[in-house]
Amino acid sequence: MLEIKDLTVEVEGKEIINDLTLNIERGEVHVLFGPNGCGKTTLLMTILGLPNYKVRKGSITFKGVDITDLPTNERVKLGMGISFQHPPEIRGVKLGDMVNIAQGRKEGKIDGDVIELAKRLNISVEFLNRDVNRGFSGGEVKRSEILQLLAQSPDFIMFDEPDSGVDIENIELIGGIISELLDRNKMPSKRKKAGLIITHSGFIMRYIKVDRAHVMLGGRIACSGMPDEITRNVMENGFEKCVEICSNVGTV
Amino acid sequence: MTKKDIIERAERAKAKKAALGKDIVIDNYVTGKEHDTLHSLDEFPAEYLQDLLDAGIEPTEKDRAGSFLQRDCSVVFSTVKYPGLELMSTTDALKEHNWLKDYLWKAVPVDMDKYTAEVELEQTHGYFIRSEAGKKVTMPVQSCLFITTNKIGQKVHNIIIAEENSELHIITGCSVSHAVNSALHLGVSEFYVKRGAKITFTMIHNWSRGMEVRPRSAVVIEDDGTFISNYILMTPVKSLQMYPTAYCRGRNARATFQTIVYAPGDTKVDLGSRAVLQGEGSKAEIISRAIATDNAEVIARSDVIGEGANAKGHIECRGLMLSDTAEIDSIPELKATRKDLDLSHEAAVGKIAEEGIQYLMARGLSKEEATSVIIRGFLNVDITGLPDALAREMKKMFDMSLEKVM
Repeated sequence: MLEIKDLTVEVEGKEIINDLTLNIERGEVHVLFGPNGCGKTTLLMTILGLPNYKVRKGSITFKGVDITDLPTNERVKLGMGISFQHPPEIRGVKLGDMVNIAQGRKEGKIDGDVIELAKRLNISVEFLNRDVNRGFSGGEVKRSEILQLLAQSPDFIMFDEPDSGVDIENIELIGGIISELLDRNKMPSKRKKAGLIITHSGFIMRYIKVDRAHVMLGGRIACSGMPDEITRNVMENGFEKCVEICSNVGTV
Repeated sequence: MTKKDIIERAERAKAKKAALGKDIVIDNYVTGKEHDTLHSLDEFPAEYLQDLLDAGIEPTEKDRAGSFLQRDCSVVFSTVKYPGLELMSTTDALKEHNWLKDYLWKAVPVDMDKYTAEVELEQTHGYFIRSEAGKKVTMPVQSCLFITTNKIGQKVHNIIIAEENSELHIITGCSVSHAVNSALHLGVSEFYVKRGAKITFTMIHNWSRGMEVRPRSAVVIEDDGTFISNYILMTPVKSLQMYPTAYCRGRNARATFQTIVYAPGDTKVDLGSRAVLQGEGSKAEIISRAIATDNAEVIARSDVIGEGANAKGHIECRGLMLSDTAEIDSIPELKATRKDLDLSHEAAVGKIAEEGIQYLMARGLSKEEATSVIIRGFLNVDITGLPDALAREMKKMFDMSLEKVM
């Protein structure tokens, strides 16, 4: 589904990602661990194609199409979606409008379909009528992002810290819906969606089964492996120690 | 003031330049173009239909309590469907009601400037709208001042009265035929909101490049009265200057001004809203959104003057710049004359945030589509205080006006 080859990325003249290679197949979900500032978000924004993220080397292929130079909306049309960690507030554009837009409809009327989707995330009609992200709490931002993804239903979804700032009650709800969005509830042979989840806390991993885990350090993927093993190592020993353990075992 | 006094004062002010706005040579425009009256609004020539619609006028008169249409200097249509509501030409109303003369030039001084003087001396109708005491006319009244003749000077005097505990909702459109390349509109509007009454006044200006426009409006609000003005301008205009003023004279009198302006081309507008809070506990809110693109120049003024005990006023004006050759001057003013007041303002002028565009693109919109969603959002002020049906109607009109410019 997604093939990243020898990717080097600069942001404002500074190299953030260095020779990174990553493959995510159809039906697979990968999780990416790493400390703050290691380049995780930069990787997602580069896959999404935001203009400040300059690809200096390498390529990104999505569903067999070289998307390295495609504008964001073209990538989205190919079936890509994202849940942002810190989405911007837009005055006068309501969450309900965003849901309509994500569904490929005109913004404006908030109809029954939208209200039904929102209910699943405990989002009220009143909340749908609020300006998107304006005065939203951490948890509200996540639910709003995931609601938009539910409406969009992309084939490949990136989640940037879906668990940060979410209270314990909602993390299970969010985990459940992310699992559904990524076909995790289906038999492996029936899974068509793919995903890449960024987390530095790892909390969300209790609610989502993933296929592969990576640790990112200093702009590259420092180690990869089975999710349980990597998660345990990261949680118990920290990122750098985990990478050390990985390299002692040899390349995975 | 007798009629003689009024005329004398107007004569003396004939050459008095306005405090704001470019000076207009009134003599460049002529009055007197007359048109036949219509039996119904849909008899209005089809070529003008779109301009009428663009000004928010419903030609079928569906869901309207009354309709008024003035073409150039003639009132061509006026009808009332609702008991307790009066709607007619001001000229006719003055003949019918002897008492009406006491309302003339009480809110707007006749000698304010040469434009008010001109309207007194060369008046060509205008509308009179009145709701009787206790009558709540929830269905909107529509009125339209339409210009179809080149070089015409339309000089109207409008009087709007909501008697005690009555309610009046007005949609008014000022429009011009696309065949007209130069004309003048002078409009004096005096509003009287009596004790416990409410007026909502939604005005759509649908001008064109050659129009010079000088409205002069003032509102007097008595105890517990409410006045809400929604003003929309989305089309180019050569020069427009206005500074409507609400005098919240009574206890708990309330005034709200909401202004939405999209200024393209060489548009030059100087738009203000002023509230004078005289009554105890009176309140005002002034909200404005202005977008300037191409070479447009927008001056967005707002002014709240606190005089009465415990008065409260808030100004919120935002500007969005879409061009390096346009200009927005945002001038919010507050004046306090006693200590128990609560006056505040927030003003901001900026560009479209790149993050917003990227966010919308990440949901599948192209850059152009994202920009237009953000602009629409920027201008999308929730209009409060309107009956549901009217609010929906307003939203529709707003979307239509915006669709035309985007």
